[in-house]
Amino acid sequence: MKIKQLSVFLENKKGRLYEVLNTLAQANINIRALSIADTSDFGILRMIVNNPEEAKRVLDEAGFTAKITNVIGVAVKDRPGGLAEILKILYEKDINVEYVYAFVEKSGEEALVVIRTNNLDKTIDLLKEAGVKLLDSKTLENL
Amino acid sequence: METRFFNPKIEKLSPSELRVLQFKKLKTVLRRVYQKVPFYREKLKEAGINLSKIKTLSDLKELPFTTKEDLFVDYPFGLLAEPLEKVVRLHTSSGTTGKPKAIFFSKKDIWAQAELIARALVMTGSTSQDILQNSMTYGLFTGALVMHYGAELLGMLVIPAGPGNTERQIELMRTFGTTCVHMTPSYALYVATVIQGKGLKPGVDIKLKRAYLGAEPYSEETRRKIEEMLKVDVYNCYGLSEMGGPGVAFECQFKKGLHLWEDAFIAEIIDPKTGMPVKPGEVGELVLTTLNRTAMPLIRYRTRDLTYAFEEPCPCGRTHIKIARIIGRADDMFIVRGVNIFPQQIEAVLMGIKGVAQNYQIILEGLDEMIVKVEIDRDFFDGRIERLLKLRDEITEKLKAVIQVRPKVELVEPGTLPVSEGKAKRVIDRRTL
Repeated sequence: MKIKQLSVFLENKKGRLYEVLNTLAQANINIRALSIADTSDFGILRMIVNNPEEAKRVLDEAGFTAKITNVIGVAVKDRPGGLAEILKILYEKDINVEYVYAFVEKSGEEALVVIRTNNLDKTIDLLKEAGVKLLDSKTLENL
Repeated sequence: METRFFNPKIEKLSPSELRVLQFKKLKTVLRRVYQKVPFYREKLKEAGINLSKIKTLSDLKELPFTTKEDLFVDYPFGLLAEPLEKVVRLHTSSGTTGKPKAIFFSKKDIWAQAELIARALVMTGSTSQDILQNSMTYGLFTGALVMHYGAELLGMLVIPAGPGNTERQIELMRTFGTTCVHMTPSYALYVATVIQGKGLKPGVDIKLKRAYLGAEPYSEETRRKIEEMLKVDVYNCYGLSEMGGPGVAFECQFKKGLHLWEDAFIAEIIDPKTGMPVKPGEVGELVLTTLNRTAMPLIRYRTRDLTYAFEEPCPCGRTHIKIARIIGRADDMFIVRGVNIFPQQIEAVLMGIKGVAQNYQIILEGLDEMIVKVEIDRDFFDGRIERLLKLRDEITEKLKAVIQVRPKVELVEPGTLPVSEGKAKRVIDRRTL
């Protein structure tokens, strides 16, 4: 139930983010979710896209440093406390959340969220047990 | 390997005897240049030097330096301390612009330099039974001819192959059973690759034992690679035309530093900016005074080569000082917060860190701030920011430990800095001090 995330190393240089997004746009890649983690001189752009392999290929070709990693996608009830409930499950079982970010779109009445933890397999088990709806790559393609 | 000597008496001279010998020779050289070389007479007079006041070796540092530019003042014959009829050979060394440096040898000079080579060959285990294929360029360049004479003096069979024509090189090795080669490291790598490509087995089809590699800088890694590919021991040799070519300093069997023949040269290591001696073991510019040369003696010649001296005695029993392989050119040095720094020091640190690609750039700006831009290795990136931050901290700490200054390290995307080959600009100084 893991989904593929595309990470791109970005040095702090004018126009670099635009260049990545433009390269993806030219290749007709659709971005579903996006977040940037940054430090003073570099950042990492993280994305869920409709075709991660193709996206990585075009970025590699254009000289960017990209990597595909696994994350978990969850559907969260779109109401106050929806995400907190999920994080509580993980927190209680000593799972560290490395980062969380949201999808641009919603799916019906649910918000879609990307979660990366220090133990993806255990996270998946725990969330399944708690009845949380996990996203798979199929669902993402049909968004 | 047992330790053997070509000239045991001189090679094992006690340090105090060596100093006495050096001083005696220095006095003679100074007297000769004063009497016979108007350029030096003027230079010494100008500096207010009274030769009778030179009482110990350490007084040497009162004397003015000789620079590359000085070689062109009374060009081409002005630095001769012998009449032209006593001069038997000319070698030149290409300068980056204009005329080549002209270096002259008397008969005595040729055989004195040959002895330094013969000592070096014996020091690495070669004997008169060895066969040396000399694949350096014969001609104006000192590399090939000086080695040739030294190997003959030892009694080796010398194959004057010259460079290039790799097919023939390999054929010569196979036909005549070459045991030693003398070539540049880049050519050695090439020859090794061709040998492998032909499916020839080093040790079986090609019976090389030793490779004497010089005339170009190369890393410890390159040495190991060549040693492995050719199944040889690689020895580093150092020389420069101005000092008579190869054989100035050479590695012994222990391959840890190059013995510099102190009966032939006085070596000093100085701060290239101030001209003062560096602290023992510190990196600085090698300055050499010739003690044996008769045709063209040079006093305190600025080699522009950077190295440092080893202090501990060598297990081979030779008493002559050891210097490190040349780590760079003095012209590349820069100063940050009062500390002398060489790009090569930074390069060496970066080479040893996993996750770093080949290219880097040093930017000096503001109030003496130093920024080191480092390309990350594409395969190192795994999407985690912590890993990159850890890499940045590791680079910062390791650089700080070596250069004494804490730089600001910036990680950049691979392929975005100028490539390391050739004369890439490594240091950009934007300071407005």
